[in-house]
Amino acid sequence: MSGILVYALHHDGAFNKNSLGAVSEGARLAGELGTECHAVVVGDPAGLGDELCASLGRYGARKVYRAAGPEGLAQPVVDAMAKIIGENGHRYALFGGGLLGFEIGAGLAARRDAGVCMEVTHVRVEDGKLVSERPILQDSSVTDVHYRSDLGVIIGRLNAFEARESGDASATVEDVQVDFEPHSLKAKMVTRGEQRGADVNIEDADILVAGGRGLGKAEGFEALEQLAGALGGAVAATRAVVDAGWYSYSAQIGQTGKTVSPKLYLAAGISGAIQHKVGMQGSENIVAINKDANAPIFEFSDLGIVGDLNKIVPKLTEAVKARKAG
Amino acid sequence: MASPNGHRSVAPIEFPPPVDPAAEFIGPPTDPEDERIEVGVAIVGGGQAGMACAIRLLQLLEDDPELAESLGEVPVAVIEKGRVAGAHQLSGGVMNPSAIRSLFPEDDSWPHFGEVGKETVYFMLTAKRALPLKPTPPPFRNHGNYVVSVAELNRWLGERAEEAGAYVLSETVGAKLLVDDGLVVGVRTGDKGRDRQGGEKSNFEPGSDVVANATVLAEGCWGHLTGAALKGLGLAAGDPQVWALGVKEVWEVPQPLDRVIHTLGWPLRPQAKYKEFGGSWIYPMNRAGAQPRVSLGFVIGLEYADARLSVHDVLQEFKLHPLVRRILADGKRVAWGAKAIPEGGYWAMPRLHAPGMVICGDGGGMVNVPRLKGIHYAIRSGMLAAETIYSRLKSGSHDFSPYDRAVHDSEIGKDLYESRNMKQPFGKGLVVGGAITNAMVVTKGRLPGGHWATHRDADQPLMLTDRHERYPKPDGKYTFDKLSGVFLTGNATRDDAPSHIRIQQRVPRELAEAWTWMCPAGVYEVPEDAPDGGEHVDLIVNPSNCVQCGAITAKGGRLTPPEGGDGPVYQVT
Amino acid sequence: MKICVLVKEVPDAAVEKRIDPGTGRLDRSGEKNLNPFDTHAIEAAMQLKEGGVVEVDEVVAVTMGPETAVRALHKAVSLGADRSLHLSDAALAGSDVNGTGYALAKTLEDEAPDLVLLGQQSDDGECYTIGAVVADHLHMPSLTQVIKIDVENGALRCERQAEYGYDTVLVELPAVISVGDAINEPRYPSLKAIMGAKKKPLDKRGIGDVGIEPGRVGFDNARAHCADFKAPPAKEPGKIIEDEDTNATVEQIVAWLDERKLLA
Repeated sequence: MSGILVYALHHDGAFNKNSLGAVSEGARLAGELGTECHAVVVGDPAGLGDELCASLGRYGARKVYRAAGPEGLAQPVVDAMAKIIGENGHRYALFGGGLLGFEIGAGLAARRDAGVCMEVTHVRVEDGKLVSERPILQDSSVTDVHYRSDLGVIIGRLNAFEARESGDASATVEDVQVDFEPHSLKAKMVTRGEQRGADVNIEDADILVAGGRGLGKAEGFEALEQLAGALGGAVAATRAVVDAGWYSYSAQIGQTGKTVSPKLYLAAGISGAIQHKVGMQGSENIVAINKDANAPIFEFSDLGIVGDLNKIVPKLTEAVKARKAG
Repeated sequence: MASPNGHRSVAPIEFPPPVDPAAEFIGPPTDPEDERIEVGVAIVGGGQAGMACAIRLLQLLEDDPELAESLGEVPVAVIEKGRVAGAHQLSGGVMNPSAIRSLFPEDDSWPHFGEVGKETVYFMLTAKRALPLKPTPPPFRNHGNYVVSVAELNRWLGERAEEAGAYVLSETVGAKLLVDDGLVVGVRTGDKGRDRQGGEKSNFEPGSDVVANATVLAEGCWGHLTGAALKGLGLAAGDPQVWALGVKEVWEVPQPLDRVIHTLGWPLRPQAKYKEFGGSWIYPMNRAGAQPRVSLGFVIGLEYADARLSVHDVLQEFKLHPLVRRILADGKRVAWGAKAIPEGGYWAMPRLHAPGMVICGDGGGMVNVPRLKGIHYAIRSGMLAAETIYSRLKSGSHDFSPYDRAVHDSEIGKDLYESRNMKQPFGKGLVVGGAITNAMVVTKGRLPGGHWATHRDADQPLMLTDRHERYPKPDGKYTFDKLSGVFLTGNATRDDAPSHIRIQQRVPRELAEAWTWMCPAGVYEVPEDAPDGGEHVDLIVNPSNCVQCGAITAKGGRLTPPEGGDGPVYQVT
Repeated sequence: MKICVLVKEVPDAAVEKRIDPGTGRLDRSGEKNLNPFDTHAIEAAMQLKEGGVVEVDEVVAVTMGPETAVRALHKAVSLGADRSLHLSDAALAGSDVNGTGYALAKTLEDEAPDLVLLGQQSDDGECYTIGAVVADHLHMPSLTQVIKIDVENGALRCERQAEYGYDTVLVELPAVISVGDAINEPRYPSLKAIMGAKKKPLDKRGIGDVGIEPGRVGFDNARAHCADFKAPPAKEPGKIIEDEDTNATVEQIVAWLDERKLLA
């Protein structure tokens, strides 16, 4: 039967938000197509108990295929999914993005001679088929992608799909025996998911508080660090202040720095010249604080505050802490 | 001359840049002999002059295998600092086709936007009115000439040069002129991978000594090595070189423009004290199968006296004139750029040769300002250089003086001599001959009278006025700020590179403001908290914005080439 | 050890990119350059060669592209590759990720490399996945986002950067490794190397030479077909607050953030 097979990544006894989003999306689309959404999990059986796997039913999966195999590596999952699809005829494979999502999806596309689209932000049903939408050219344009193969591989942008519980149902769990390809067993995980707290990679942060010339001086970043701490985010900087030595180059955003697309980008004292804009325009929510009402940033911010950041930022930090506490 | 707020006016020359070009940029080879790179002829600059020289040389060498062989594995090398040849090219431009047709008698496939048909010169009386000057003053008659984009033309020439066998070394800077015992023996290329403080990063790559039998300096309007050679080898002319700054935009428009347009007058101020000489051009870029485009720009001589004059902003203001609005209506800006233009003409032309070396093109001041022509001179001088070098190398000589004579005997020398006195009263910039007469009649003598002695652009004392209050606030659709233009050029100068601009940073406010307003790329800034009065301010320099137009070299600083490959990537300018 | 480095010529990053309305494909007529991520791959190959831990017999640059792609090969060679291979065929134009990966794999099969290195992503396609596709066809282990490679007893100890942290993985050779830009600082080519690049061997291959089935490549055979380029959904104009009573202002901001679940 046709259907949608979704990969779910687990770690430390839980499925990550990204995977739950993918399963939810798979369920939504399967509903519209009149078919079923199934999930596949691969790993050490000890960590993939029945209850955990069945919980994916709450997000809309009817069945969960479970395969014992190496964790954190893509190619064994390609083998597992290729086998399941080969035996059951799923029409679409869906991934929630992230490193493994990309690697598995691409490998699966090669294995099954399938069309693959990555960085997908939206999927819709058209004439009984799925059409993926993805941004291209640094988010300046969006294109539709149609699949012309028996299997269509959809790899979402990280966190593009929202996790939605659709009921209490429990998914049935089916164990799958996979004969892994020799090459799939040639990579061995030594250490997985090491946290290197010291250098926060701003490209991965969900929330960024960025400072520009408008801060007035290097010490201005102290208030931003407080705010970032309260919001649970990281601090970024414009080229101008990095040049002036107020903050480190690793935090630089813009044409010649990093490109980021966090859930929240709060810009303090930043004018929004295009050299900076191109580094952060893909952010989901842009809040700008600037004393100049004519600053270009107000043209593309979602919320703009015209005022003195030296007054606003510290009070905002307190207000955020208060809201989170109470 | 005191400025309105009372204190003594300052001229940039009083704060010269910390640089000694002759000492720093000229010297003997330093690499061990077996590590030097040997080429036959080294050409610094891959513009029209450089490529024409390369092509002509290879044409001659094709019929002379003996000399070709004696020049070794790399008979002709072109050293170009841009990402590719053409990346740093910008001009109006309307080109006289005679030289390129001499170079390629059997190939007329060089790219252009058609022969000039109709043309009109307007005198802009006010922000709303324009008066066509009839008949069209002689210097503006372009019958038989072609509208071109030098960025495009240069790429075509570069391909022809490579096809002919030239080694085009792009992203490579000619950093130092190699002179051994009075003989120019080549150039040293620039280092790559230095950090902000000038230290060596992990991927540091030193430049190399490129030694050659003949060296051609074809560096364009602000020639780095040319400037050093003029001082160090005593080649400077009687009169100092002077420059104008041109800022250009290319627009996609719904309706094709049907004529070549030049304007004089507004927004420039006619009063003598401002010394504002210049004007605009608007050229059609129409080509079958492509959306019509328009090239427009404003040029102002850099001897202007108002520290708050900004050519970029004057261009934005100029676009508000109804005549221009009509042309650009519903259009979209697709390119922006800036470049200096040598304006000294005949009297400022340096000696064009030294033992082992010649100077071609804009670097040698070969621009006919009244006629706005220089592209075909660049090509012609490149060809003449090739011919002299060829014949002298055959006889084993490094004396290239016949080249200097050849240039002066050619149309270059003749045309420049003819317009040699255009530097007088109204002769600077675009105001000449019949246009002056027409303009004087129309403005009832408002145009300045009297005699203007020529002096260095940097000698001009500066005044502060309220000129800046009339610049339009950029709306991001029709008028633009400087930074968005810099972004459009594809400028990817490395952030952590050392600053390539030699300039004094603690200077009087007028000077800091002059540089800030002058620079079309926003390289210089006056700090927000800087004192308003006559005290000195600490100039902020943002070298990574630099599009290497060269204006700063005219007006008190000294541009040097940043790392090879840096700067704009012009495509249609 | 033989290392093949996959390189690609892409439109210059700094130059405005656009879709050609006529063909519906990326307008590649402007300036082109070696994909910046690939320079990191070449540098990684050179560091392995110069590192002395393992003997590298040759580094081969491989590209699939039209005539102009030779420039990317020249650049790769000027950075240290010993020779290059140009897969070029009209039948390949417009291939999707699937087709491109397949074609490159067939070309590499011929070369039988011990290690295939490539840049994590390309500036134009923004796909991040060719390595995984190639590896599956070649039956080789593959890792992407690798930021450190050490040779250990004939295998590779790799560190790679995932969204959840850093993994250390031991990979047996032969393998396909996609490197991230954090892995190294690429060298600048010396003038001598640039000038010598054109003299290094450059071999051309067509689809027939390496056994590529025409039905699996090219625009018409793309398994994933891109169409209908449109502007991204217009953002709603933003809200502006003029700060007068800062206490009230920050309450408004907090409410706004809360509404959007940004204070979780």
